[in-house]
Amino acid sequence: MTTLAETTKRYARPDARALVALLLVLAVVAAPFWAGRAELRLFSEFLSFLALAVLWNLLAGYAGLLSVGQQAFVGLGGYALFVLCAHAGLSPYLAIPLAIVAAGALAAVFAPLLFRLDGAYFAVGTWVAAETVLLVFAMIPALGGGAGMSLPAASVKAIAAGKELRESIIFWLVTGLSLATLLGAYGLLRSRAGLALMAVRDNRLAAASLGIDIWRTRFVTYVIVAAMSGGLGAVIFLQKLRISPSAAFSLNDWTVMVIFAVVIGGIGRLEGAVIGAILYFLLREMMADLGAIYLIVLGSLAILVMLFSRKGLWGLVETRFGWSLMPTERKP
Amino acid sequence: MPDPLLSIDRLSSGYGDFQALFDISFDLQQGHVMGLIGANGAGKTTLFKAIMGLLPRSKGTVHFQGKPIGGAPANTLARLGLAMVPEGRRLFRSLSVEENLRLAADHGRKGHWDLGKLYRLFPILEEKRHQPALSLSGGQQQMVAIGRALVANPHLILFDEISLGLAPVVINDVYAAMPDIVGSGISAILVEQDIDRVRKTADMLVCLREGRKALQGPTAAIGKHDITVAYFGE
Amino acid sequence: MASLLDPILQGLLLGGLYTMFAIGLSLIFGVMRLVNIAHGDFIVLAAYMAHAVLVATGWHPLATLLIVVPVMAGLGYALQRVVLARTLGDDILPPLLVTFGVAVIIQNGLLSAFTSNALRLPSRELETASLALGSLNIGVLPLLTLAVAVALIFGLETLFARTAIGRAFRATSDDPETATAIGVKTPHLFALATALCFATIAIAGVFLAMRSNFDPFAGPARLLFGFEAVIIGGLGSFWGTLAGGLILGVAQSLGAQISPQFQVLAGHIVFFLILAIRPRGLFPKTA
Repeated sequence: MTTLAETTKRYARPDARALVALLLVLAVVAAPFWAGRAELRLFSEFLSFLALAVLWNLLAGYAGLLSVGQQAFVGLGGYALFVLCAHAGLSPYLAIPLAIVAAGALAAVFAPLLFRLDGAYFAVGTWVAAETVLLVFAMIPALGGGAGMSLPAASVKAIAAGKELRESIIFWLVTGLSLATLLGAYGLLRSRAGLALMAVRDNRLAAASLGIDIWRTRFVTYVIVAAMSGGLGAVIFLQKLRISPSAAFSLNDWTVMVIFAVVIGGIGRLEGAVIGAILYFLLREMMADLGAIYLIVLGSLAILVMLFSRKGLWGLVETRFGWSLMPTERKP
Repeated sequence: MPDPLLSIDRLSSGYGDFQALFDISFDLQQGHVMGLIGANGAGKTTLFKAIMGLLPRSKGTVHFQGKPIGGAPANTLARLGLAMVPEGRRLFRSLSVEENLRLAADHGRKGHWDLGKLYRLFPILEEKRHQPALSLSGGQQQMVAIGRALVANPHLILFDEISLGLAPVVINDVYAAMPDIVGSGISAILVEQDIDRVRKTADMLVCLREGRKALQGPTAAIGKHDITVAYFGE
Repeated sequence: MASLLDPILQGLLLGGLYTMFAIGLSLIFGVMRLVNIAHGDFIVLAAYMAHAVLVATGWHPLATLLIVVPVMAGLGYALQRVVLARTLGDDILPPLLVTFGVAVIIQNGLLSAFTSNALRLPSRELETASLALGSLNIGVLPLLTLAVAVALIFGLETLFARTAIGRAFRATSDDPETATAIGVKTPHLFALATALCFATIAIAGVFLAMRSNFDPFAGPARLLFGFEAVIIGGLGSFWGTLAGGLILGVAQSLGAQISPQFQVLAGHIVFFLILAIRPRGLFPKTA
């Protein structure tokens, strides 16, 4: 058991890692001038995956909301962008923030219902919610139904006229939003609100007696995470230029793989999400031809970690060497 | 002298980092009743749980009928003949009175006590046997909890605060069953706040203070003043 | 009104199948508060097992139950003792994640072994046989499914209410520590509950395979239907689970009247409606 005072002391240590963040941002800004198309694709995919992993970590590892339905918000964000561009004629620059709002709004509608389900049943409930949204989008003929739709040429051109510049801008949008998510999550965990979140996680009763509204804290976290997932969905599908219900609301791509990466890397720690995401991409590049076998390996790894080393790979490293790059760990 | 029924030697235990018991030792002979007394938080319930195998013991040994039972899971102890009437009774809410008793009989040993004999001891339970256990009054629920221990035909029953929250008249009813229980050859350890009642029922006393044994001896040899000193220190 | 009678009837029959999906979920949640994400995938695994038995022996599809039920029950017992027992505790993440991993492994294992082609158990004359009830036609196989589902519910209800093992299940669900102190062997008991759950999974798998096509990825939808039935009916009551299954079946059947795409969506909408107006389900356990 941890008191709030200890929690505060543990998480509020000041540190100066701004330089690392700054260098990272500079590298990303400069990337289109020295990297090839394939590398840019891979790198933006990696960063957006990492951002989703950190968001899920925030939800499950910190707020105790085990969602397996985050694909609802990634997909909705993607669709919101396409609908607003194709049917309302908005520019993608305006559609992205609106996609973020739309995903947050959807979460605010689902949350009061889903929060009535406890623990593991909440998880399955979020899955039903995501399936519901998928079915709705698959039913709308104007959006291509199950086959999906492409982003109209006019909207594509609205980003930038030249192809080179356009691809660079889209790259900056994906990586920029991903980095903003990462830094935002890091900042949140070290802010007052983050302290409340960790207090709720560490000791519900004590948190409640300190006047922290648990329901509201969880609600706000759920909505913010959903909104950011929606934003990521919008830019991810902007890069793909095509969307379909099965791709937009993919349980595997936007939730299962993310969860496995977080768990294998170490749940409740930002470093864990980073390591998990790196490992996931390495495995994917190495074993992509193996298809089903590769997923079996990943599933088995996640099970082994849960059974024998619940803190994940980063937990192992930390116990062995006492390292901690970003002191925001989740105390199990 | 034969082996004691229960022999505890330098037992220490606790919850997580918190140590609640320090070096407790005592022997209990077959057929005897021991009173375990002490202020709130002295470690009486912790000692019961440690004996029942419900806490990971840090060190020390517990022998039951001459056999070491340290580290054995609670469900095997029940089979060896160790039963507990837990504080707060902890009846199963989804089960009727009779189902609570039958469950214990199913998993206990065969012997003197069966449902019929128990209903003769507590006739009110037979009358209410098909009611949900938690629909009974506090005293009746305590009878079910005691009955649940009895029908398992144990050698030893640990009674944890059986008069807690009951009216004095009801406590008398519950304690009226004690002679029958002890008479059937069952030994007992009683945790009880009411010192006078313990002195009437128990052959020997052990007093705990802050997790340590502060006093031990035959009831007849211990005066009220000794108990007061043991409770609160000099 | 008459035009709605047939879809309602077909929905009730479909609800029998959904009840079968739900029984096992309801059972293990009731005894040990566990939600098995791979529940639907085990149903599909049982369907593949039945198919393999049928191909090897040429038996009637229903006769494959003789092999599939005991094998699945044994698998359930072992899974609980070896894997899931290590995940039980206050933290709900480990059981959820481990069963999630198992789900992915089953899906992709089946894909590697049997490709993604859909299979079906040819149920011969059962498939087409029907009874005429006035102007309505009742398929014999759906009727049999519903009858077996009701029998399972009745059987489990009786087991829980009237037998020694049922008492132990309820007691352990109420208070595992006290049950253990009384002498209940909880690890064995939990494994028995899982074995029983997997026996119902096996039956559900065989009936699913006789009634419709299945492929390696058919599991998650079965989990969700079973889950919706449990929540609609209310946690902790087997008859509630039956009611939940029937309501879900009727909702889907009526939804399909509007448009085929609307079938599953209608079920989800009813699920959320129930969550909104009766969060504890229609027939929650009275505590």
